[in-house]
Amino acid sequence: VANRFENVQHVIRVALIFAIGLVSFFVLRGFFVPSDFGLEGFYRAGARVDAQALPLQYAGEADCLTCHVDVADLRAANRHKAVSCETCHGPNKAHVDDPTTVKPARVNAETFCVTCHAKGAGKPAFLPQIVAADHYGTACVDCHAPHKPRIDAGGEAAARRPE
Amino acid sequence: MNQDRRAFLDQTGALLLLTGTAALAWDFVSIGRAQEAPGYDVHAHWWGMIIDIEKCIGCGNCVRACKAENNVLTDHPGTFRTWVERYQVRSDDLDRPTVDSPNGGYDGFDPITEPGEGVKVFFVPKLCNHCAHSPCVQVCPVGATFESPDGVVLVDKDRCLGCRYCVQACPYSCRYIDPRTHTVDKCTLCYHRITKGLTTACCEACPTGARQLVDLKNPADPVHEFLRTHKVHVLKPNLATGAKAYYHGLDGSVR
Repeated sequence: VANRFENVQHVIRVALIFAIGLVSFFVLRGFFVPSDFGLEGFYRAGARVDAQALPLQYAGEADCLTCHVDVADLRAANRHKAVSCETCHGPNKAHVDDPTTVKPARVNAETFCVTCHAKGAGKPAFLPQIVAADHYGTACVDCHAPHKPRIDAGGEAAARRPE
Repeated sequence: MNQDRRAFLDQTGALLLLTGTAALAWDFVSIGRAQEAPGYDVHAHWWGMIIDIEKCIGCGNCVRACKAENNVLTDHPGTFRTWVERYQVRSDDLDRPTVDSPNGGYDGFDPITEPGEGVKVFFVPKLCNHCAHSPCVQVCPVGATFESPDGVVLVDKDRCLGCRYCVQACPYSCRYIDPRTHTVDKCTLCYHRITKGLTTACCEACPTGARQLVDLKNPADPVHEFLRTHKVHVLKPNLATGAKAYYHGLDGSVR
């Protein structure tokens, strides 16, 4: 029987090496290529789901409005109606998750209002703009309530307005 | 129990080996079964953004919101997922605008009160265009960056080598190397937010509605009405990248 394979020994040897190579390729591939690679395309499908797992910082306006209905109503009737809460108040997901202990930081109106309302070229006409140096020299919120920025004639804010 | 030592070792050995293999195999299987956000169908969306130049006031709220939301470095030059550029274009030299973007617009802009005779000033917010045929994805050698089925270009930081091919390939300069991980980083279109039904941080923080997240596959999305009634443009359309950041009021001088 041994003689039968005598003349094909070299072929068997090559075939064996090839087989070992093939097996080790698939074993190594199994180790180095994640099993979800290629499920959706030439990438790891789990990476897409990983990207969904990042923690939120901005809660989104809908969450704010579950509690702060009164402020929302006031704002909705006035000029800042299209400005979402966290535009000015900053990211507040932590406050939404734990409203009693985590309080939103106060908006520094001195520096923040003018990031939008400072007069400058390139700003559209619909935006009220002021030159801070020429504008009464008092704090913005002394006259303009942020949720109701327009000054009522004879209103409380108007009374405080410097001459 | 009548069992010799050899049989015992054989059985225990086989059991240990099989348990280990099974655990390893299960690890691989479970990776493939990572949990999608509940109720999110990846094939039901095609995300993009509308940017209305006419409404942008250069306040920098979007830049600050993006950095806060996505834990982007604030003290390192060039690490921006979104940024705002200010263009000053002379009417007699339309091809050579003066562009500035101090700290990416993070601190806003010093207002230009006297733009000069015949000078036009406007702001251009920029971000990843989430191209449908992204040059950056085409050059990645390891499959670390990809266009997801819902039209968002994402990075797999576990696979990224930091070879920077994609940084060079992006025609919009939207990618950078994160110095903390030495892997590439870019706008994810707040993938962690949009898959939960929220809008992106930049759109949430934009006071004028200059930026709007849009879902082109959603027939109820106002984007369809907007695209029907407004003239829009994408950046570098000649490159056929399939960019999905649609600019309204874009000037020809913008690069």
